Amino acid sequence: MTSSTSPSGAGARAGTHRRSSHRVGPLASDAVTAPVLDVDALLADPGTGIIVCCGSGGVGKTTTAAAIAMRAAERGRKVVVLTIDPARRLAQSMGIEELDNTPRPVVGIDTSTGGRLDAMMLDMKSTFDEVVETQASPEKARAILENPFYIALSSSFAGTQEYMAMEKLGQIHRQAQVDGTYDLIVVDTPPSRSALDFLDAPERLSSFLDGRFIRLLLAPAKGPARVMSMGFGLITGALTKVLGAQVLTDLQTFVAAFDTVFGGFRQRAQQTYALLQDEQTSFLVVAAPERDALREAAYFVERLADDRMPLAGLIVNRAHPTPPIGLSAEEAVAAAQRLERRAESERSDGSAEGASTLDDPALAEGLLRLHADHVRITERETSLRARFTAAHPEVATTVVPALASDVHDLDGLRRVGALLAGQPAERDLPEA
Amino acid sequence: MPETAAASSPDWAGVQLHVVTGKGGTGKSTVAAALALALASSGKNVLLCEVEGRQGIARMFDVDPLPYEERQIAKGLPATPGAAAPDGSPRGPAGTVFALHIDAESALLDYLAMYYKLGRAGRALDRFGVIEFATTIAPGVRDVLLTGKVFEAAKAGRRGKGVRQYDAVVLDAPPTGRITQFLNVSDELAGLAKVGPIKSQSDTMMTLFRSERTAVHLVTVLEEMPVQETADGIAELRATRLPVGGVVVNLARPHELDADDLAEVADGATEVEGLASDLAAAGLDGSPDELVDVADHLLRQGRDHAERLALETTQRALVDEFEVPTYELPRLAGGVDLGGLYELAAQLRRQGMA
Ligand SMILES: Nc1ncnc2c1ncn2[C@@H]1O[C@H](COP(=O)(O)OP(=O)(O)OP(=O)(O)O)[C@@H](O)[C@H]1O
Ligand SMILES: Nc1ncnc2c1ncn2[C@@H]1O[C@H](COP(=O)(O)OP(=O)(O)OP(=O)(O)O)[C@@H](O)[C@H]1O
Ligand SMILES: [Mg+2]
Ligand SMILES: [Mg+2]
Repeated sequence: MTSSTSPSGAGARAGTHRRSSHRVGPLASDAVTAPVLDVDALLADPGTGIIVCCGSGGVGKTTTAAAIAMRAAERGRKVVVLTIDPARRLAQSMGIEELDNTPRPVVGIDTSTGGRLDAMMLDMKSTFDEVVETQASPEKARAILENPFYIALSSSFAGTQEYMAMEKLGQIHRQAQVDGTYDLIVVDTPPSRSALDFLDAPERLSSFLDGRFIRLLLAPAKGPARVMSMGFGLITGALTKVLGAQVLTDLQTFVAAFDTVFGGFRQRAQQTYALLQDEQTSFLVVAAPERDALREAAYFVERLADDRMPLAGLIVNRAHPTPPIGLSAEEAVAAAQRLERRAESERSDGSAEGASTLDDPALAEGLLRLHADHVRITERETSLRARFTAAHPEVATTVVPALASDVHDLDGLRRVGALLAGQPAERDLPEA
Repeated sequence: MPETAAASSPDWAGVQLHVVTGKGGTGKSTVAAALALALASSGKNVLLCEVEGRQGIARMFDVDPLPYEERQIAKGLPATPGAAAPDGSPRGPAGTVFALHIDAESALLDYLAMYYKLGRAGRALDRFGVIEFATTIAPGVRDVLLTGKVFEAAKAGRRGKGVRQYDAVVLDAPPTGRITQFLNVSDELAGLAKVGPIKSQSDTMMTLFRSERTAVHLVTVLEEMPVQETADGIAELRATRLPVGGVVVNLARPHELDADDLAEVADGATEVEGLASDLAAAGLDGSPDELVDVADHLLRQGRDHAERLALETTQRALVDEFEVPTYELPRLAGGVDLGGLYELAAQLRRQGMA
């Protein structure tokens, strides 16, 4: 695995969207200050044509992509959001529980500013099938679609989902350029094993299809390749021994049939890659304030810089805001313990219920312990984020607090959108 | 076996292979590691395997990246001192946890060398990119190689020089969405290798995976999507006749308030002044006004907490409907370091998982 250790270079756009106003809310008490990611400025910029939300598994990529798309639409952009495996209830509320690979208008969006929002859920297999169908003659396409190797490749090849997401992005982008249906495409990314898979997928698929072995399988059909054939005899022998002869025959059929579409695949992978590098594209790296998620985010930031892909910033999602009161975890626990002892001694003194000087010690004690737990979490999160910022001081950041409930409807998305833009609703503001 | 009382024996005493799956990010690796530590007691040897190529074990145990080789990485959780262990904890000295990082490429070469004595041809395969091909695409082959290595480590009557027999193997497995396919190796290959040696080997593996000596545990957090995924995973495993083990509820929030207090806090029914005076009685510094502010904040915090817990309660009820043994691990406020792993291991043992 290669990863850059270069300390700088990310954040090609950092600076352009910096907000100068002083910010209230969770960020106000940050010890280490990263530049603020101004989401509204990013969305208002007509030069922003594609936003890619990426990050490690479960951090909130889908939620963020949907929330950003919705905010952009309600601020006048013509938006389509491409989601991948959204939670069932979220998909229902956006009207995209059907897997038909076509963007559908989301009902319930405020369109008074002239914007619109379409949404779709990616169907990996039919996207792949469509590519084959457009690249090969009908008979050849049928032969490919029925081959067991194709079926496996299109449904379980590591990286297929990533590649198909990029393929779909390319398709929608080309279409939008022709008919102007959308001026902003927001893309969610699959829950990759590692955040890096996502960038590597197009390259991996095309280099796989380009691999030595595949070439070799094609070689006998393509005339004289004597030197190769000797080795080839040896390996077909070995393969037959391990897998059985049928497998090899299926494989050869598949490769021969697929050969015609190789060129198309490679070319498209290159186009997608170029599109991701284009200055109209903005990457948003989403992370939870956890060690592993932030480590992945750091890799990703470095990798984007290496590949000259434009990073807009980091979204720290599901963070616990620093409490506005200065009560430390230790003090809170000590106070809870004193209450416990006092309540106990009152009980053992046998004093009547009503005689107690305390109101509801169990409640006070519980709330103090909860506070201690909360403070420990915020302290850990703050130090993890400080570490990230120390290594990547140029990465603009916005913090979205953990909401008390899941985000599964349009109101929830609107709320997350406002938090992303640093404009929390009344109920989300920490009390002063 | 030191334990005789059936009541105090752990829930999975006869299980040789513990497979740990769950939705991504719910804590599979953490739980697998804690389970391995919990199982390694009374001189037992436990092997912890990872197959996703991420060196998560090395990071959790704070050791150098693991090679394709069994390595000793930690001592198990020490047994409870004292003769009787009323909570079912095993007695005697701690056992040892070994770890193995399995990658498909090494497993394939290993496999070819072991079963086919493919010296020259094996190297030729590598040179022509077949190894790369077979391990990246050939459907199922990758999974068979990974599971094959796990099988090899877990099977009884392992022989050879320097080969260790493990009392238990814990697998940090792929996520729920892929677990059935991953373990159901013979079906996965059915479309491809209908006959031949790979086919018959995968059948032998299935015999272990489907037996009582295997348990597939699912890790979840009490949120809608992970619980739903757990339900789907259990149904899928059962449909494939793979043995469902326990459900580990991870990252559970603390229960510092009883049900009445929670309801009161959720309704906003608590009097701020009463709480403030209790805080003063608890010895918190501050003027009466300041303490009212603190009380006010604690109540807000409590209300958010109550809202979250209410969601957790709904999800826990769904988990209970699965009718499988359930274990619960707290969210460690300070994060999971090596000490935290032992803490979680102790919890698992106290709850009878190991
Ligand atoms: N700020 C937030 N506060 C509370 N819950 C949140 C927040 N952001 C996301 N969630 C919840 O977290 C869960 C995971 O979010 P989401 O599906 O967006 O993650 P993801 O990164 O797309 O996951 P995957 O990698 O599995 O695709 C969802 O249930 C979502 O409602
Ligand atoms: N009980 C816990 N308390 C606190 N933090 C935890 C707990 N369990 C897991 N974590 C943390 O949550 C994060 C995810 O855990 P882990 O890596 O075990 O999940 P996973 O399911 O293996 O993830 P992946 O799907 O990426 O392999 C880690 O940062 C881990 O330290
Ligand atoms: Mg998602
Ligand atoms: Mg893991």
